[in-house]
Amino acid sequence: MITPIDILCFSLALFSIGVYGVLVRRNLVFILISIEIMLNAVIVLFIAGSSFHNNADGQIMYLLVLTLAASEVAIGLGLLIHMYRRLHTLDVDQLSKLSDVSDE
Amino acid sequence: MTDLLILIPLFPLLSALLLISAPAFSLSFPKPLVTCIAVGSVAASAVCVAALQWQLNDQSQYLVQATFANWMQVGQFDIGFGFYLDALSLVMISIVTGVGLLIHIYSVGFMAEDADYQRFFAYLNLFVGAMLTLVLADNLILLYLGWEGVGLCSYLLIGFWYRDTKNTLAANKAFIITRIGDTGLALGLFLLFSTLGTLDIQSMQQHAQLHWQTGDVMANVCCLLLLSGAVGKSGQLPLQTWLPDAMAGPTPVSALIHAATMVTAGVYLIARCHQLFELSPLAMQCVAGIGAVTLLIAATAALAQDYIKRILAYSTISQIGYMFLALGVGAWSAAIFHLIAHAFFKALLFLSAGALIHSMRHQHNIFRMGGLANKLPLVCLCFLIGCSALAGLPLLSGFFSKEMILGRLLEQQQTVLWAIALGGAFITAFYSFRLFFVVFLGRVTQLPNRQPTTTMLAPLVILAILAVFGGLLPKGLMVLFSSDPIEVHSFLVLLITIAVPVSAVIFAWRQFKHGVFGAAPTSPVLQSLHRFLYAGWYFDAFYQTILIQPFISLTRLNRNDIIDSLSRGLIHGSAVLHSFFSQFQNGQLRRYNASLVLFSIVAMTWVLLA
Repeated sequence: MITPIDILCFSLALFSIGVYGVLVRRNLVFILISIEIMLNAVIVLFIAGSSFHNNADGQIMYLLVLTLAASEVAIGLGLLIHMYRRLHTLDVDQLSKLSDVSDE
Repeated sequence: MTDLLILIPLFPLLSALLLISAPAFSLSFPKPLVTCIAVGSVAASAVCVAALQWQLNDQSQYLVQATFANWMQVGQFDIGFGFYLDALSLVMISIVTGVGLLIHIYSVGFMAEDADYQRFFAYLNLFVGAMLTLVLADNLILLYLGWEGVGLCSYLLIGFWYRDTKNTLAANKAFIITRIGDTGLALGLFLLFSTLGTLDIQSMQQHAQLHWQTGDVMANVCCLLLLSGAVGKSGQLPLQTWLPDAMAGPTPVSALIHAATMVTAGVYLIARCHQLFELSPLAMQCVAGIGAVTLLIAATAALAQDYIKRILAYSTISQIGYMFLALGVGAWSAAIFHLIAHAFFKALLFLSAGALIHSMRHQHNIFRMGGLANKLPLVCLCFLIGCSALAGLPLLSGFFSKEMILGRLLEQQQTVLWAIALGGAFITAFYSFRLFFVVFLGRVTQLPNRQPTTTMLAPLVILAILAVFGGLLPKGLMVLFSSDPIEVHSFLVLLITIAVPVSAVIFAWRQFKHGVFGAAPTSPVLQSLHRFLYAGWYFDAFYQTILIQPFISLTRLNRNDIIDSLSRGLIHGSAVLHSFFSQFQNGQLRRYNASLVLFSIVAMTWVLLA
């Protein structure tokens, strides 16, 4: 039997992995993937909530987030490819053109 | 007659305007034309004055008053371009145009080789115009305009040879020091207007006599402020230090501005406001005291000088001291009489000195001249007349005026002042004949390389005649200063006044024969005394120590501007804050993310735990 606590723990783990990925990875592709993982962690929570409360709202939210994620990935990848063509790198540490510190 | 009055200052002013503005319109006048314009304008003024003199001569009341235009009008403050002519201003304009004309003619010869001929005459004309405005003004504001105008011309002409830094510094010194007095004068005008409500000289004095008792505090303050302006302009203690340095200008300028006319403006101001000064015995005592001390200090300082113009400058200060002394005891007409005589003989002395300097390759040191009596006989004769008049030898103009001042002092029981004046007369006669003997009878060291031109000699001769026969008091003055009776003094007093300068001349002759002049002082005491007198009683060093040095050290202290450091601190603070906060704007995406996560956790913990 899967208890809500299990699902919460699973979702938290998934979200933490996503956060960790966003913070640690330097390649923009992986950061994007990590964001997807975070979104999925949230989706799992919605679905679990929906079945726990017998309410369909959570599943509707799942559909909404899925579309959002799809469009986000599409735009994100599009920007990413363009960025790679222009700057020949996807390392976020080097992509700091908006920096205010002049000597960097 | 009123039309004639406005023409008098207008001629030189227009000529100055023409000469100054001509180069701006790229008009170049040939030298003879400049001469014609400059000398002609002053000659025209002099003719106008002569015409006025002739018209007024048979009238007992010398009084012409005219207002030509409105200058400014705010409420009851109403200032016009008005002229007021009475016996006093008639005397003054006669001197200014008469001596001014002679000095203009002299300058034609003296400045003939100067490249800035036109500029010189433009300034000189501007000076004559401003001086006439000062003297004729019927209100104190217009007088102040002329007062500042002559100050400006004095500055421009002292620094006329501006390529030499020394001259520019002397000009600055003269301008700044007279400005100190002028500030006092301006304050005096403000005070007079705020208390009496008018600046018209005549009605101001009538108001003052109506509202103030003798010795009123307000009268004292106003008179002392007016006196400070007079002291600055006339080179009296404690503002006398600019006058010896003012000799850096061309010699005709020294003769006109720094001997005959401008420096006597202070005397004129006090005589013009004599009804006001009569209300303030304190100010009168100050005037007399300043005059007495100045005449002694300047006369002793003149003893030790070796530059011919500096001797004459100190003697000018000392002679104006006599005028102040006379003003201070209420001997108005004696003061003005001495002013007239002084204008003649001092202009004569300066112009003769200029002729000497001109002939001696610009040599100023009297010990490098010597033995010029038979080389330049006419100049020698003129100089002798000037020196004798300055010394107050009998039957010359200086004798009558000085005798009158001395007599008035005795009449008022001012025996201390009388003794000082008599001592001053002795020293004056001594140093003027020291000058004469050394220059004309001394050992021949250098021969003149050229003779003065006719345009230089003609004014000398005319001034010499005036210096001899100028001992006639204009009768208009006696009408004006009716409170000033002229009495015949006792025979003994007359004898003393004659004996003092004569004995001084004999004493000077003996000293000269013994070769004392020009020799190094024998004892250390005499040496330090000589240095003390040569430096003009160390007044310059004194001011240097108590005013200039502290001021300079203050400015050094405040080099970084304490007030400015407030705003500079603001700039510095915001720069520090900027560099601190801009570290967060580093463009590092992962750091942004990290802080986002961190603060989300903090916020959620806050919400959950609260």
